Amino acid sequence: MKKRLVELAHARSGDKGDTANVGLIAKRAKDYPLLVKQVTAARVARHFKGMINGPVERFELPNLHALNFLLHGALDGGGTISLKTDAQGKVFSTALLRMAIEVKR
Amino acid sequence: MNARPATVRVAGGQGFWGDWLEAPYRQVTGGPVDYLMMDYLAEVTMSILQKQKSRDPQRGYATDFITQMERILPTIVERGIKVTANAGGVNPKACATAVAQVARKLGLAGKVRIGIVTGDDLLGRLDGLLARGHELKNLDTGRSLHDIRDKVLSANAYLGAAPVVEALHRGAQVVITGRVTDTGLTLGPLMHAFGWAADAWDRIAAGTVAGHIIECGAQCSGGNCLNDWKTIPDLANVGYPIVEASADGTFDLIKHPRTGGRIDVAGVTEQLVYEMGDPREYITPDGVADFTSIRLKQAGKDRVRVSGVRGKPATDKLKVSVAYFYGYKAVGTLVYAWPDALAKAKAADRVLRERLKNLGLTFDAIHTEFVGATATHGQLALEAVDVADIPEVQLRVGVRARDEAPVDRFTREIAPLILNGPPSVTGFAGGRPKPEEIVAYWPALLDKQMVQPVVEVVEV
Repeated sequence: MKKRLVELAHARSGDKGDTANVGLIAKRAKDYPLLVKQVTAARVARHFKGMINGPVERFELPNLHALNFLLHGALDGGGTISLKTDAQGKVFSTALLRMAIEVKR
Repeated sequence: MNARPATVRVAGGQGFWGDWLEAPYRQVTGGPVDYLMMDYLAEVTMSILQKQKSRDPQRGYATDFITQMERILPTIVERGIKVTANAGGVNPKACATAVAQVARKLGLAGKVRIGIVTGDDLLGRLDGLLARGHELKNLDTGRSLHDIRDKVLSANAYLGAAPVVEALHRGAQVVITGRVTDTGLTLGPLMHAFGWAADAWDRIAAGTVAGHIIECGAQCSGGNCLNDWKTIPDLANVGYPIVEASADGTFDLIKHPRTGGRIDVAGVTEQLVYEMGDPREYITPDGVADFTSIRLKQAGKDRVRVSGVRGKPATDKLKVSVAYFYGYKAVGTLVYAWPDALAKAKAADRVLRERLKNLGLTFDAIHTEFVGATATHGQLALEAVDVADIPEVQLRVGVRARDEAPVDRFTREIAPLILNGPPSVTGFAGGRPKPEEIVAYWPALLDKQMVQPVVEVVEV
């Protein structure tokens, strides 16, 4: 069955220039491997198609049961240049939590 | 030499210029702390301060800091609490003068020593640096600073903890800095208190992680915390974070008793990943911290233990933040109501864009958002929504250009839509939007040896 990430994880995001980061944190340590396996950089890039102009990088933090994603070209230039409401990428975090992944019943 | 303390408490008092005015006072009066650190400088702040200083040589620092010091100086003098703050902006000396005035006014003459950290300001040295082959290339685009040299408004190197340590060592009770890293304001006190060597890389990394966690104020103690947010108690009375560190580099995150908010592993984890790049290499002037080595453990109610932090040697570069004039922007908004709120807002956007085109205006960018529908989550937001039934949508259109004229003309094209565009529109009470100057930010690296921090300690 499928579950949305919002049920399995929490997240926080921020910015570095024109790049938004999303830290995705498993609520329960036992779900972390599911995130590692299914929430790949390629999948996240597809999820945000049309919202970002650059590539997606992924880093693993098994000690924190967390993945860190860098979404490049996400902020219309970022900082003061950006015309976006979310110029600092603060809520890309919850946009990622809309993704659904496959879990065992 | 005094005996080294077993633990040292560094309290976070401000996460940015504009943070809660009550927080510093509550931190120094709510329970025992040894240091209060206050972070005031975002990237854009430096250029604003530079602009103020160019109009008035006595300005250019975070003025809120003076008000705060007026309120807390008697307490920190009485209790021996030391303050580290990058409130000095582009004019730490003027900031120190203002704090000294306040101290004298409060009858504290002879009781306060102020440390002043400068040497970060590169504005007057830029041409010399460029001439000597330091290109200050943009870290994101690779372009040389020559391209925007005539538009530069401020240029500052990020200094680390070392000058803060020196100021504390020389007896400063209040250390006022220019562009010192947020983390250096926490690491400096720990290095000073425990006598950590500058190349004790694991401890430097631990102090850096401590600084990262508390540099955004309550964002690690229940503020902006997504995990189980509904159950976080009493945010109205939120307790700001305190690092309670031991000499071996382990530390607990705590807050004062009888304050709101929550300190738990999930919330601290959220703050750890905030603004994170490559977690194995969190680079500061002081060293490189490996965030994949951090261990977190709930060690009591509102107490999270942080241990295991590993570090690597510092690089031979300093980050430099250059602010430059980019151009102009403006944002206009209107609100469209049910039925078909989103369709009406989209129709209005088409009309507006056609009129801008017919006027022959050219922009670097026109950016349209539909707030209440797709502004922050794009099309993802509409997957399970009856679009025709959305109660209201704010049309938000922004433009950006190098020249002011097209931006100014744009600002006059919003209001007419109320009478000559799609129906059920409101929300123009704020009036015509104003063109705004864009000060953009240019990140670069510079050889460390080119920057020499300067520390001055003055008696009030």
